[in-house]
Amino acid sequence: MTALLEVRGLRVAYGKIEAVKGISFTVNAGEIVTLIGTNGAGKTTTLRTLSGLLHPLAGSIRFDGKPLTRVPAHRIVALGLAHSPEGRHIFPRLTIAENLQLGAFLRKDTTAVAQDVERAYQLFPILGERARQPAGTLSGGEQQMLAMARALMSRPKLLMLDEPSMGLSPIMMQKIMTTIAELKADGTTILLVEQNAQAALTLADHGHVMETGRIVLSGTGPELLGDTSVRKAYLGED
Amino acid sequence: MHELPQQLANGLILGAMYGLIAIGYTMVYGIVQLINFAHGEIFMVGGFGALTVHLALPDGTALLLALPLMILGGIAAAVAIAVAAERFAYRPLRGAPRLAPLITAIGLSIALQQAVWKWYPDAKKARVFPQFKGESLKILGATVQRGEVFLLIAAPLCMLALGLFVARTRTGRGMQATAQDPDTAKLMGINTDRIIVIAFAIGATFAAVAAVAAVAAVAAVAHGLKYGQVDFRMGFITGLKAFTAAVLGGIGNIYGAMLGGVVLGVAEALATGYIEEIPGMSQFGGGSWKDVWAFVLLILVLLLRPQGLLGERVADRA
Repeated sequence: MTALLEVRGLRVAYGKIEAVKGISFTVNAGEIVTLIGTNGAGKTTTLRTLSGLLHPLAGSIRFDGKPLTRVPAHRIVALGLAHSPEGRHIFPRLTIAENLQLGAFLRKDTTAVAQDVERAYQLFPILGERARQPAGTLSGGEQQMLAMARALMSRPKLLMLDEPSMGLSPIMMQKIMTTIAELKADGTTILLVEQNAQAALTLADHGHVMETGRIVLSGTGPELLGDTSVRKAYLGED
Repeated sequence: MHELPQQLANGLILGAMYGLIAIGYTMVYGIVQLINFAHGEIFMVGGFGALTVHLALPDGTALLLALPLMILGGIAAAVAIAVAAERFAYRPLRGAPRLAPLITAIGLSIALQQAVWKWYPDAKKARVFPQFKGESLKILGATVQRGEVFLLIAAPLCMLALGLFVARTRTGRGMQATAQDPDTAKLMGINTDRIIVIAFAIGATFAAVAAVAAVAAVAAVAHGLKYGQVDFRMGFITGLKAFTAAVLGGIGNIYGAMLGGVVLGVAEALATGYIEEIPGMSQFGGGSWKDVWAFVLLILVLLLRPQGLLGERVADRA
């Protein structure tokens, strides 16, 4: 199988502080790959570099056969890489419908975009009910749904989700995780960053454990779920 | 001279001009959180662009033909300078501490004044602009010059066009997204650098329209502007007032800019006309005190409603 995303020796720094210290991993088409680890491990930095918001110090990123390292952020979504950022970052003063339209900003096929909006409303009915409301009036879980739906509006080859369960109630979190599984079943490739290791590893084909900028452990989802050190460090077992 | 309709008309005319210029401050601030103190000079450059076209046209060109050409010349000059300022002065400082671009803007303001003074032929002399000919009009008891009517029509039209552009077009929606969350806007595929250039260009366009109108019409009621003349200093006080209007209306809000302009203009006109009639205040009335009253109004708004008339509380901004 050819890799959809291939990251080799990626290093990223904020000024003099290196947040990502040479990581390598691949994501194959149709897979869910997850990066887990504590706050400050470099997971979000990795995603922000992949989508061009940060520039790497060294290393290579190949997406769909093309190098990504020198592509400006606003060109990356056109290549098929969509990013639902940490903290949701919906546009609070625009309506839900306008937020979804922005997810399809570069698409010219207006009828297909309208169909995708309808599909998003089927996936998350609450978004359809509140389509004309400012997105800032949604609850945290609803905003997360909107952020995911907005990222899907570009019809990405790879969907990157950063902490989709953060701050959500258990019921809402379950709903989000079910949706991720459904997206995978529809053939969407997903790179999932999560602090909730249990939920992420249950869904993932492959997982990588990050600690202070490095990948310290890799394996399939079930392997990592069964690993004693992972269970100790991230799943709260003694 | 002190009749209420006349004072209100003067205030509206002045306010329409402040509002047009204020849009440039408010759009740039809304998108890059920069107070572009050189915007008053963009307005001035717009005036000189229009003057250049006027001088190039043969004598006796009909005003109906000359005016659109002058406006276009003013817009071309103002947009060119504004876009160059963004590209070469402000963009390299994006991500720098806020004070750096602010000081750059003040420096640019001085540099533009001095450049025009030094290099525009005969800029030190008063340059006469063509005037709208014909009788002044009587509207609801106020005397309004024909040039002022032009401004009173142009300002709301510009406002309406901008409102539709921002709300209805794809670029406009990209502009709103960039203002609310620039990084996430990039994730949507929006070229935020281009959006910022467009914001500067729209602000400069409106400033140039205001400059032509100001020189042709408003000067009769505006301090710091001489009737029918362009001057390299004309942007300074006018720019400061327009900035006040933008803050008054709620900086970042385009409708607020127009509202703030009108409120400021009317307040100035009323202060000029009526303060001296308040017992014990006679020495604070008249034209020489009106700038003081304008800034007193600003201070009151900042104390009582710091987000401005139509502004949102800062905490609401993402």
